[in-house]
Amino acid sequence: MLISEQKPMEEILGYLNGDRSVFLLGCDGCAQASHTGGPEEVREMQGRLEAAGKTVTGSTVLDFLCERAQVKLGLVPFAGQVAAADSVLVMSCGVGIQAAAASIDKPVHPACNTLSLGGSRGEWQGSERCMECGDCVLEWTGGICPLTACTKSLLNGQCGGAKNGKCEFQPDLRDCGWHLIYERLRKLNRLQLLRDAPINIKQYSRMQPPKEIRNTPRWSLDVRA
Amino acid sequence: MKLTELFRQGKFVVTSENGPPKGTDVAEMLENAEAMRGRVDAVNITDQQSSVMRLGSLAACSLLKQRGIEPIFQVTCRDRNRIALQSDLLSAAVLGIENVLCLTGDYVGLGDHPDAKPVFDLDSVSLLETVRRLQNGHDLANEELKGKPSFCAGAVVAPEADPVEPQIIKMEKKVKAGAQFFQTQAVYDPRAFESFMGQVKHLNVPVMVGIVLLRSAAMARFMNRNVAGIRVPDALIEEMDKAEDRTKKGVEIAARLIREMKGMCQGVHIMAIGTEKLVPAIVDEAGL
Ligand code: SF4
Ligand code: SF4
Repeated sequence: MLISEQKPMEEILGYLNGDRSVFLLGCDGCAQASHTGGPEEVREMQGRLEAAGKTVTGSTVLDFLCERAQVKLGLVPFAGQVAAADSVLVMSCGVGIQAAAASIDKPVHPACNTLSLGGSRGEWQGSERCMECGDCVLEWTGGICPLTACTKSLLNGQCGGAKNGKCEFQPDLRDCGWHLIYERLRKLNRLQLLRDAPINIKQYSRMQPPKEIRNTPRWSLDVRA
Repeated sequence: MKLTELFRQGKFVVTSENGPPKGTDVAEMLENAEAMRGRVDAVNITDQQSSVMRLGSLAACSLLKQRGIEPIFQVTCRDRNRIALQSDLLSAAVLGIENVLCLTGDYVGLGDHPDAKPVFDLDSVSLLETVRRLQNGHDLANEELKGKPSFCAGAVVAPEADPVEPQIIKMEKKVKAGAQFFQTQAVYDPRAFESFMGQVKHLNVPVMVGIVLLRSAAMARFMNRNVAGIRVPDALIEEMDKAEDRTKKGVEIAARLIREMKGMCQGVHIMAIGTEKLVPAIVDEAGL
């Protein structure tokens, strides 16, 4: 199970600063079990956002946000509500947030930090997408994780090694993660984010959650239920 | 002396580069450095360039400093975490080293120890920020220092990267983090460089154009294929191809490029990659 925690409300509201309206996307899988993005938490979030003066254009909780195909399908009935929103707030693990960002042509904000994959990698196969860093930066990177997408896990931008959009290491096998981030943000007209992102000196201690979080897939059910 | 001082005086700053040996025999490295004495303002000492294990940059910088040749301490984030990086910066300060160049570093897989654990705890931007914090008397854990270092901190940028925008965005970040000068990746197209300098004018930071001495047409083609951010125009490749004396031709092209770009920037960084003894000839021919 992928274990997440909700980001502090202050941080989330900071992300939503320029947005008046938002669509809420939760996950009925691990995020529901972690009590970070199930129906109840989405309802609570809606209340908190409305109290902060935001318009919530709609919300849904999908099964397995970590499967990109599910996200695309699941959002079809909500296309109007998503279109009406300035952005989408995703309450799930880092894989789910990235699947949403890859499926929606809108700014996608992360509402959670992923603490542990608890032995799972999510359902969106084909790549490792989250390294459980405990302090999700997807807000600044167009919903593409630089820890997994960049060979060096760089956090403050592209290194000088990229050529033709490929990584300096194994260019025939690896895209440059920061090139993907740049392209995504350019398409969304949000390159300013790269300039505004605070200099990140990562707290790697947050990648070391208590052992029971790492080792007990049913941790959340066992401890929090 | 800090390079910032030279820029302040309005001097067109000339630097070069020297790679430490793989092993403890420093005779050749010192000979190369000696050849540049008085001809360049400072000499960069590379830090395990291309991820190949060598003698350390810090020790080599100290050797140069003892001999009165101004070193620039290249520091990469590939091999050391923030504890070791900060410690090495303090060590450099007490050894009298005044210029540091903050780099991310190549990926370990490109070098001769591909099985090594890549570190990248910090990167070029956060390393610059680290230098700044140390200079303000605190380390990254916000602990107070007993005696603080003072550096001129530089960084690098690739003007001919494609696309160049992510590089410029990162350059802006580096300036925000405290970069006081930039060395560039090799530039072979003065027009492209002019356009780049136009795009970074707002940053108001000294830029030293990078010149890599061409040794053959094959080397130029190799760089075009494999080295990020380098584009040698066909006309130059052809010139090299036709040259009878390739060494002379390489020097001539390097000097010509410097003359053409001198007016656009604040200095030049000459990379002769193993043929440092040719640097004075380039400097002479460029009229520096
Ligand atoms: S930044 Fe990447 S590693 Fe960190 S929580 Fe987000 S997706 Fe996971
Ligand atoms: S080339 Fe791109 S993916 Fe590779 S290390 Fe540099 S920034 Fe990361």
